[in-house]
Amino acid sequence: MLGSGILKGLAVTAKNFVGSYHNPARMVTQEYPDVQPQLPANYRNFPFLVTENATDPMGTMRCVACQICEKECPPQCIYIEKSKDKKPDANGKLQLYPAVFDIDTAVCMSCQLCVEVCPFDAIKMDHVFAIAATNRFSGLLLNREELAKPNTYFHEIRPDEAAEVDGRLAAERAAAEEKAKAAAAAKATAATATKPATGGAAAP
Amino acid sequence: MRAVHDEFHGDLLEVSMGPQHPSTHGVFRMVVTLDGEQIVKLKPVFGYLHRNHEKIAESTSYLSSMPYTDRLDYLCSMSNNWAYALAVEKLGGLTVPDRAQYLRVIMAELTRLVNHSCLVGFLFNDLGTSFTPLLYAFREREKILDLFESLSGSRMMCNYQRFGGCRVDPPPAWLAAASALVDNFPRFLDEYETMLTGNEIMLARTQGIGPMGAAQAINAGITGPCLRATGVDYDLRKVDAYGFYPRFNFRVPLGAHGDTYDRYMMRILEMRESVKILQQAFRELPAGPIMDPKAKLRGFRPKVGEAYGRLEGPKGELGFYLISDGSTNPWRYRVRPPSLINLTLLEELCLGRTIADAVVILGSIDIVLGEVDR
Amino acid sequence: MIVPASPDPAKPDLSTPPVAENSLASALPPFSPSAILPRLLARFPAATIELVPNPGPAAEHSLLLDAAHAREIATFLRDDDMLRLDYCSNATGIDWPEKEIVDTVKKSVPDPAGGPDKVVEEKTKRIQPGYLETVYHLYSMARKHGPVILRLRTENRNDRIFLPSLTPVWKSCDFQEREIFDLYGIVFLGHPDLRRLLMWDGFKDHPMRRDYVAPDDFEWEPTPHGSVLDRAKGHYPKTEGLNS
Repeated sequence: MLGSGILKGLAVTAKNFVGSYHNPARMVTQEYPDVQPQLPANYRNFPFLVTENATDPMGTMRCVACQICEKECPPQCIYIEKSKDKKPDANGKLQLYPAVFDIDTAVCMSCQLCVEVCPFDAIKMDHVFAIAATNRFSGLLLNREELAKPNTYFHEIRPDEAAEVDGRLAAERAAAEEKAKAAAAAKATAATATKPATGGAAAP
Repeated sequence: MRAVHDEFHGDLLEVSMGPQHPSTHGVFRMVVTLDGEQIVKLKPVFGYLHRNHEKIAESTSYLSSMPYTDRLDYLCSMSNNWAYALAVEKLGGLTVPDRAQYLRVIMAELTRLVNHSCLVGFLFNDLGTSFTPLLYAFREREKILDLFESLSGSRMMCNYQRFGGCRVDPPPAWLAAASALVDNFPRFLDEYETMLTGNEIMLARTQGIGPMGAAQAINAGITGPCLRATGVDYDLRKVDAYGFYPRFNFRVPLGAHGDTYDRYMMRILEMRESVKILQQAFRELPAGPIMDPKAKLRGFRPKVGEAYGRLEGPKGELGFYLISDGSTNPWRYRVRPPSLINLTLLEELCLGRTIADAVVILGSIDIVLGEVDR
Repeated sequence: MIVPASPDPAKPDLSTPPVAENSLASALPPFSPSAILPRLLARFPAATIELVPNPGPAAEHSLLLDAAHAREIATFLRDDDMLRLDYCSNATGIDWPEKEIVDTVKKSVPDPAGGPDKVVEEKTKRIQPGYLETVYHLYSMARKHGPVILRLRTENRNDRIFLPSLTPVWKSCDFQEREIFDLYGIVFLGHPDLRRLLMWDGFKDHPMRRDYVAPDDFEWEPTPHGSVLDRAKGHYPKTEGLNS
């Protein structure tokens, strides 16, 4: 019968209309911003720099200014200047740190290649998505103070990945300590065997 | 708009449709010459979204181009990633572990569901059934995009495949959720088809509109569902047997008339076949590594040579042609865009039809301007 | 009417191509360049056709055709019953600018003092002239094989940039040849509608060429570095710099 196809279609829309009042499968709209979205842990938007310590973020940054992310960033939105001096990192090893670390979020496309190439777990992807600014240039340019977020925040947004990273870093730290201890012990035995060396040579 | 005078036809009217026109699916422009309501000439105008993707890719490393491929056909980033990874793997002689091969099939078929449900939604928008079918389709698409988001971090710009494997290993909970979604998908398709496939207005507007001949389509390089709607059995999943597709049991739907209705039905039937592939993939997914240990992401330098990798994207044959000169950047990087080449026959299909039909024909060809203009 | 069936029973089975009469060709797949080359040379004795090897792992070798016979050969490849290359998948351009090649020849020079001969390396520099190239990837939908890769080269990069268009043979080359014309500047003789495709009509240069210089219309951005920074410096106002 001509028109039966249309009637069947109208029955479907009627079912969907009624269902949108009581059937959760058909109630899909979220009332943003009254209801904030539940972001999955893997959600990525804009990078941030991980610091060990919330009270001294600039002093405990994991970044050692190796500039790998700057080179690999496809839209070239990262700008790093190395420091002139060195500071001890979490392992006690003297390292450079970024004197300037800028990310232009107007250019960043959140591809997370910087995270993948970082050998120090220093840069990770954030969960922020509402970062509107009134100034097009400096408002969207984040410097290292704005980018630095403590490790506790990383644990908050990505608990699994943060725990895995912490475990790996702790293992590395332990291995480094072990090595330093062994080196010190070897040195001590060497020192007792021969004459003590003049001056205090720094441990490697 | 301007009038073109002609002795025999009276006044011809030249209408510039687009680039800002809701029916052109982006910034696409058609210069249409009309005789009354009939189209006598149609010239597509491209380039409004041209970013010279190929030039950018030739000036960066192999890895850095991967997120840019997401932005070609922004509905199908997973397929684009795979096509590029396929070409680089061919160029560098890399292998892909079994689990990654299965994951790639899963992602590519989920992408096909995303793309085709989008397409049928937009096609009905073009037919004039404003937004109801589109929103029903988007509701289902959004569920798949949520899966992509929880796995890769982004709904549409997934950046998931790498040469030599995949980036993230999905946890069992993700696989269970995806599997449940796929099992429910045919119910949505049934409902959708009850609503629209038998609709008399839809049949009148699509059957016999813009028919394409098989020989004509092959010569014009039409690929994907538009080609198979003409009855040509050419699906790269079967022909090239790339990835692990030979392990899956599925059929290739074929049309007979190559008209708009057949092109619509191709999408519906392909979604049903994709569901079958996905169910097999979730059942058989092996455990194991997801990256080739030989693959080197940073500073990847393939040997001198060239490779053409292609796969059956949701829109047609998506190919990447790479030439390596032994450095970290490709010497030549070329995308074979199915959206652009499928438009080759647009003028022939629209001649003699009305503007309203041209809109429907364009909608059934399925283009995304990010890929047309690159 | 939709028939969800594969393979289509109405169609004759074309999965096994007819056996080649040429004994050399029968050992190789019929679409491999080394099988096609002798057949083409026999068919077109006046044409110069070369095999261009691909040293990479893909090992997809290609055939370099001369411009004068390209369209005839292409038509033959499309219509030949054994090949049936009815589908041109990809057509693209490549720019090969002129480059300096250093040839090293080892020569042994007799030692005037009477000792053993000295080996001296002689280096000669020569300029390999630049050219533009088009590449066509052909497949057969009827026989389901491929690819056969064709290459055509222009005489130089400046004024002898003409190549025959293959659009009359495969319509799929239509937009792709327009794109090559647009981005590389190769002029296709016999193309039905050779206009720019992606760039606008008044645009002068060809942006995909290797020596293309982007216009200096740099917009201020906060984080330039590398070559972008050098270009950006000319545009910075005196007082404004990096703001951190």
